[in-house]
Amino acid sequence: MPRSTKKGPFVDDHLLLKVDAMNSRNEKRVIKTWSRRSTVIPEMVGHTIAVHDGRRHVPVYITESMVGHKLGEFAATRAFRTHGGAERTTRVR
Amino acid sequence: MARIAGVDLPRDKRLDIGLTYVYGIGPAKALETCGGSGVSPMTRVRDLTDEEVVRIRDWIGNNYNVEGDLRREVNQHIQRKVQIGSYQGLRHRRGLPVHGQRTHTNARTRKGPKKTVSGKKKTR
Repeated sequence: MPRSTKKGPFVDDHLLLKVDAMNSRNEKRVIKTWSRRSTVIPEMVGHTIAVHDGRRHVPVYITESMVGHKLGEFAATRAFRTHGGAERTTRVR
Repeated sequence: MARIAGVDLPRDKRLDIGLTYVYGIGPAKALETCGGSGVSPMTRVRDLTDEEVVRIRDWIGNNYNVEGDLRREVNQHIQRKVQIGSYQGLRHRRGLPVHGQRTHTNARTRKGPKKTVSGKKKTR
C-alpha cells in the first residue's frame, strides 16, 4: 500500500535542507547522501545527487520523470558480474 | 456477431464472461460495463441486439482504456522506467522479474525456457 497523501512525500530533513539551500543560492553542486529512502521531489530536478550504494556514491542526475521515485532506486546495491564463461570453467579443474 | 473494441468476438458465452476477452476488461470491469450500459450480464453474446452492442461499445469507449491504447500506455510506463535507470527499469531491461521475486529457481515466465549450463567438470 502506498503512503498516505495526507503526509506528503518523505524526504530526510538533512537532504531537504541542502537542496533548499542550493536552490535559494542558485548553485549546483553534487550532494552526497546516504538517504536512499528519500523521495525525489520537484525541487531536486536539475541537481546531481550522489546516492550511496553501500560502497560509493553513485552520481544521479535528477530529471523530471524521476519525481516520485526513491533515490535508492537509481543506485543499485548489487553488482552482478556474469556467471561461468569459458575461462572460468577451465580454471575450476 | 458482436465486435467490441476492435477484433473481439466470443459467441456462446454469457455477456459478462465474453467481455473479459477484451484486453483491459476483467470480471469486475465486465460487470460494471453491464450495469453502466443497462444490459443484463446473463444474456448470451449471440442474443445481443445491435443496439445493445452499440451501447456497450460506447460505454466502454467513454469509461475504459482498452486494447491497443492500454497496451501502449503500459509500454510507455515501462519505457519511462527503463529510461530513468530505476531499479525496475533495469529489471525490465534484463528480462528478469521486477517485483523482487526469487530468481534462484523459477522466474521462468520472465526468463523464458531453461538454458542449461553444462556442469563444470571436476577433474581431480
